[in-house]
Amino acid sequence: MGSMNLFGIFFSAFLINNILLIRFIALCAFFGVSTKINTSIGMSFAVIFVMTVSSAVSWVIFHSILTPFHLEFLRTAVFILTIASLVQLEELYLKKMIPALYRAMGIYLPLITTNCAILAVAFLAIDYRYNFLQSMVYSIGVSCGYSLAIVLFAYIRERMALAPIPKWFQGYPIAFITAALMSLAFLGFTGMFGL
Amino acid sequence: MNLWKDFNQGIVRENPVLRLMIGLCPVLAVSNNATNALGMSVAVAFVLVCSNWVVALIRKVTPDEIRIPIFIIVISTFVTVCDYVMNAYYPALYAALGVFVPLIVVNCIILGRAEAFAYRNPVLSSILDGIGMSLGFALALVSIGVIREVLGAGSVFGVPLFSSAQAATIMILPPGAFITIGLLMAAMNKMENKVQ
Repeated sequence: MGSMNLFGIFFSAFLINNILLIRFIALCAFFGVSTKINTSIGMSFAVIFVMTVSSAVSWVIFHSILTPFHLEFLRTAVFILTIASLVQLEELYLKKMIPALYRAMGIYLPLITTNCAILAVAFLAIDYRYNFLQSMVYSIGVSCGYSLAIVLFAYIRERMALAPIPKWFQGYPIAFITAALMSLAFLGFTGMFGL
Repeated sequence: MNLWKDFNQGIVRENPVLRLMIGLCPVLAVSNNATNALGMSVAVAFVLVCSNWVVALIRKVTPDEIRIPIFIIVISTFVTVCDYVMNAYYPALYAALGVFVPLIVVNCIILGRAEAFAYRNPVLSSILDGIGMSLGFALALVSIGVIREVLGAGSVFGVPLFSSAQAATIMILPPGAFITIGLLMAAMNKMENKVQ
């Protein structure tokens, strides 16, 4: 039961409730950086890394500091400050220890502070009452779903740059229509694995 | 005259959603019916006006290097107030908006206006700017909400217009949000072309 449950959490976060296309979180960056495949891959790595670390830290802070002292109402302020300072720390650490990965992420690492997906996952893991392991699996599932959606979207947009598109639809309007079709496809996962 | 300009620039010319493309997540996520859209607009308006007011009030004593963390603290304070008031008095709306209420804190419109406007302008202009931007946001959000609710559920603000069996359910599902905003933007581009 335990492992099945983790499997369900992962696939629900990865495909069925895809954070970009079904839940509509972190769309600004989705449309902003998805014009090229390289930038979207850099962003995906940064999101996978930061999301996993920050949801672990915010889970620990919520359950071992805020809950025992009945300070749950501070969670919004505490989480956003935690994430902002964590991103700074991670940036320093990566620059020193894993420079190759740091270069791959480039400017997307600092940008992530304002990426609402990170904060949303911290909130959602608490709203769903996940334990520590479940919330880890959940955040990995969400970030894989994020990467899948943004890289696929970047591929489509690169192809679309060569397509004859009506003048009024060029740029953002056609990007939204494309996202609608992708979202429709992801809707097809509903009901998979009985979730 | 200048105050009027501060007020109305957010409504059409710099409409945050349809022109600047910021604050998109709540626009798409909670616009599946007009009531939710209106509730979200009011919540964002409250936070935006209050945070613009406080940021403008303390701008002379705010050290430049740590202004962003200070803005975030101000914004998250008002978001927490909004979160608790909504939970206490409008539980149905709160449940429908879900995680998007605490997420107002990372809404780029609010931090953007604090940084770009309230930090550099006096209190009255900042409040007017906040009201104007909120109206622009509400205009975009509620019109998308009305379009989706009419086409997808056959009603407006919960009042039925025609049988929901004739409605296209896809419009209230996630893809409908993307389609609506894409077509709305294309229509705006076309209108702009005509004006020129």
